[in-house]
Amino acid sequence: MASRYIANTPAEQREMLRTIGASSIEDLLVKIPPKARLSRPLALPPALAEADLIRHMRALAAKNADADRYVCFQGAGSYDHYVPSPINHLISRGEFFTAYTPYQPEASQGTLRTIYEYQTMIAELTGMDVANASIYDGASSLAEAALMAHAVTERTEIVLARGVNPLYRRVVATYCDGPGIRLREVPAPEGVLDAEAAGTLVDKKTAALVVQSPNFYGCLEDVAAAAEIAHAAGALLVVVTDPVNLGVLEAPGRLGADIVVGEGQGLGVPMSFGGPNLGVFAAKAELVRRMPGRLVGATVDKEGHRGFVLTLQTREQHIRRAKATSNICTNVALCALMATIYMATLGKQGLQRVGELSAAKAHYAAEQLTKVPGVSLRFAQPFFKEFALRLPKSPASVVAKLAKQRILPGVPLKTYDRTLADCLLVAVTEQRTREEIDAYAAALAEAVRSPQRRHR
Amino acid sequence: MSAYDKLVFELSSPGRVGFSLPESDVPGKPLAELLPRKFLRGAAPALPEVSEFDVVRHYSRLSRMNYGLDTHFYPLGSCTMKYNPKINEDMARVPGFARLHPLTRPEDAQGALRLMHDLAGMLAEIAGMDAVSLQPAAGAQGEFAGVLMIRAYHASRGEKRTKVLIPDSAHGTNPASTAIAGYEVVEVKSLPNGEVDLDALTREVGPDVAAFMITVPNTLGMFEPRIMEITEICHAKGVQVYMDGANLNAILGITRPGDLGFDVCHFNLHKTFTTPHGGGGPGAGPVGIKAHLEPFLPAPVVVKDGDTYALDDKRPKSIGKLQAFWGNFGMLVRAYAYIRTMGADGLRSVSDNAVLNANYIMKRLEADYDVSVPGPCMHECVLSARRQKRQGVTATDIAKRLLDLGFYAPSTYFPLIVEEALMIEPTETESKETLDEFCDAMIQIAREAQQNPAIVTSAPVTTPVRRLDQTRAAREPNLRWSPTR
Repeated sequence: MASRYIANTPAEQREMLRTIGASSIEDLLVKIPPKARLSRPLALPPALAEADLIRHMRALAAKNADADRYVCFQGAGSYDHYVPSPINHLISRGEFFTAYTPYQPEASQGTLRTIYEYQTMIAELTGMDVANASIYDGASSLAEAALMAHAVTERTEIVLARGVNPLYRRVVATYCDGPGIRLREVPAPEGVLDAEAAGTLVDKKTAALVVQSPNFYGCLEDVAAAAEIAHAAGALLVVVTDPVNLGVLEAPGRLGADIVVGEGQGLGVPMSFGGPNLGVFAAKAELVRRMPGRLVGATVDKEGHRGFVLTLQTREQHIRRAKATSNICTNVALCALMATIYMATLGKQGLQRVGELSAAKAHYAAEQLTKVPGVSLRFAQPFFKEFALRLPKSPASVVAKLAKQRILPGVPLKTYDRTLADCLLVAVTEQRTREEIDAYAAALAEAVRSPQRRHR
Repeated sequence: MSAYDKLVFELSSPGRVGFSLPESDVPGKPLAELLPRKFLRGAAPALPEVSEFDVVRHYSRLSRMNYGLDTHFYPLGSCTMKYNPKINEDMARVPGFARLHPLTRPEDAQGALRLMHDLAGMLAEIAGMDAVSLQPAAGAQGEFAGVLMIRAYHASRGEKRTKVLIPDSAHGTNPASTAIAGYEVVEVKSLPNGEVDLDALTREVGPDVAAFMITVPNTLGMFEPRIMEITEICHAKGVQVYMDGANLNAILGITRPGDLGFDVCHFNLHKTFTTPHGGGGPGAGPVGIKAHLEPFLPAPVVVKDGDTYALDDKRPKSIGKLQAFWGNFGMLVRAYAYIRTMGADGLRSVSDNAVLNANYIMKRLEADYDVSVPGPCMHECVLSARRQKRQGVTATDIAKRLLDLGFYAPSTYFPLIVEEALMIEPTETESKETLDEFCDAMIQIAREAQQNPAIVTSAPVTTPVRRLDQTRAAREPNLRWSPTR
């Protein structure tokens, strides 16, 4: 049957073949050796008409506990933040959505301008001189930062704080394997960087010290102190952060960061089961020619009008090939556009409000949840919108029980750190209401109550 | 085209807001009392202060300064700019997919895991591979993962191989990804017709070579006729063969990388499988492999046990993780919807029509432009503007003139082995009328180059800006807006 995505009719095909001078499409495939040809149709499920596809997809979607039907207190690198309505409308405009990478700048000023705005806003939030057009996600951004620090300093070790998201640390390990970069880890017995241990580990072999703030456990790190440790040894300081928090939290650039990376998903990008996300990457001006990824710069056209182009491209793979600063080509431009529209919509006041509300609700939640007998905060550190709870029952069993009440209470930490097997990582954004938090506390109390006392 | 020249910062008015957030409904102290001062920002970030309507109009106007596929024919070779079906967008936005947290326990994410499992299976069938990882975020990351798996495979056999062979016609990501994976890149010269030089290859493959990485069809749009000999020559020396799947749109249901002898190949879902390019991503770059590489797949792997789906992260030989979570899931939903829409016959018809359209363009333009390699071609054709260059008109000039005539440009100066290359890929989704209009425009430009080259060399004149000063942009980098500029 004819496909709605293919325009050529049989009559048009015949006409085109006549022009070409071929008798059939098969005649055009003559260079493929017969023994290389697939002699049967592909074994794929039958084609679905649009209405059947919708039914099928909705049935699959219905098997997922999404944040519309469930109350989400999960975080650990992906958060349920407010997404203003205009974002989806604007990014869905075909002129943005179906455009290619802006290699022809005269026909791509829309995309180029939004990237320039994005770079400006990310640089402002992070307190850095320059931001790139994006990397895939927070984890791959950090991996690129590790490779860049290695290239800039010509040193062979990266020291990572244990508070850096363990999923990110795994990605760093993947990327550092080829160049043979050694990874070392600083413990965080109290939930934050052990400064003394860091001071011992960071030395003249260290390309960079990496800290995350707020870190994986939600605790705020003393970034300025980490900067002193790194810089005293001539190493770079790489800070992992969540830019949506930077309406109220101090910009890492003002605390001594040389490279700031992070996950920008909170800036208006849907959680979408973990991707696509938005890898934020910003650095000091003197490092710009070693940065990975695309950069947009302002210039003028031949009549003197302001215009924008991809620039400093001699860093990139399509020019420098094996000697490029990174292999990245396609990045996540549309997610960067979502973030640009988000940052413009929220603006100076809105991003502050998001931070204030998230912090207030997270602290209220921590207070209510720790009123449940046997439940306590795992770390006695200042936190922002996320915290580790120690539970008297297995966190996995609590997650299973609360799922029945359509509450997603958090992320069990056992998978990431065996010493935290009794802990649940709880995130609270501005999206959560007091009612939801109170319901969570009540459900948690019920779930951890000992069985003999439970009646219902 | 509109002459709009604002940046969002230039619309800012102190005190204006564009957001809607509720008052706090929880009791508690203000932030300054909750957290020590040293953690707090001294001054609010200098973000714009604009209304919601300011935002909507600004970005709507900026969008009109772009050529998108929805508005313009995009004959961009090697990029497969095919129609991005709207239903796929609707499906990716269903809350059960778009609003699903990645660390939701597998029991509560069965629909998402099943979709991933089945998509991996369908891609494996399409490519003739034994397994597929959906984790790579883009083609370049798929390449990186593939090369790392090859490296892990050789290491597991106690073999130390240090080089990867790559033809001089390859995409730039091939050598870049290979270098990051820790290999020395050895460039192999292609024959003048773009095919692999089997004698040169036979000389180069040796015990120090880990892999040979090639694009099929090649970047001149030609199927490598001796491809099965090539994979045999490599395998005889223990060399793994990697296929860059950027051009997969040419061969769906016709031939399969796995059947040609490839050990690894990646897919660009944003090319062959219609996920939108988005102005430069996000894409998705799943990587397919033969069974001997399965232990090394990126972790975790989606597995099926009876009727239950799970993420298997206990894979001691895995090359590791590539991104924090499982892959660009939103793109996977779109690609899945596309494959389920097309079915086997539909996909075969995609490649048939992509090949037909490319040959039609090549035939219609062969009198006015030099053809790099005689046809038939596969899904794209590479022309050379060397004739026009003698008239003072370069491939860049032709590209810019096309913008004035209402078309996006072909890829230019790629592949590097063709002088003044114009690489044209029409895809199967364009109609004959559009192809004819484009060919008419190309023929008009060839005439202009002969008769009045200034029209071509001064283009574009209808775009929001004219040719831009690239040198100045690189010499005096201005990478962020500031009020003083």
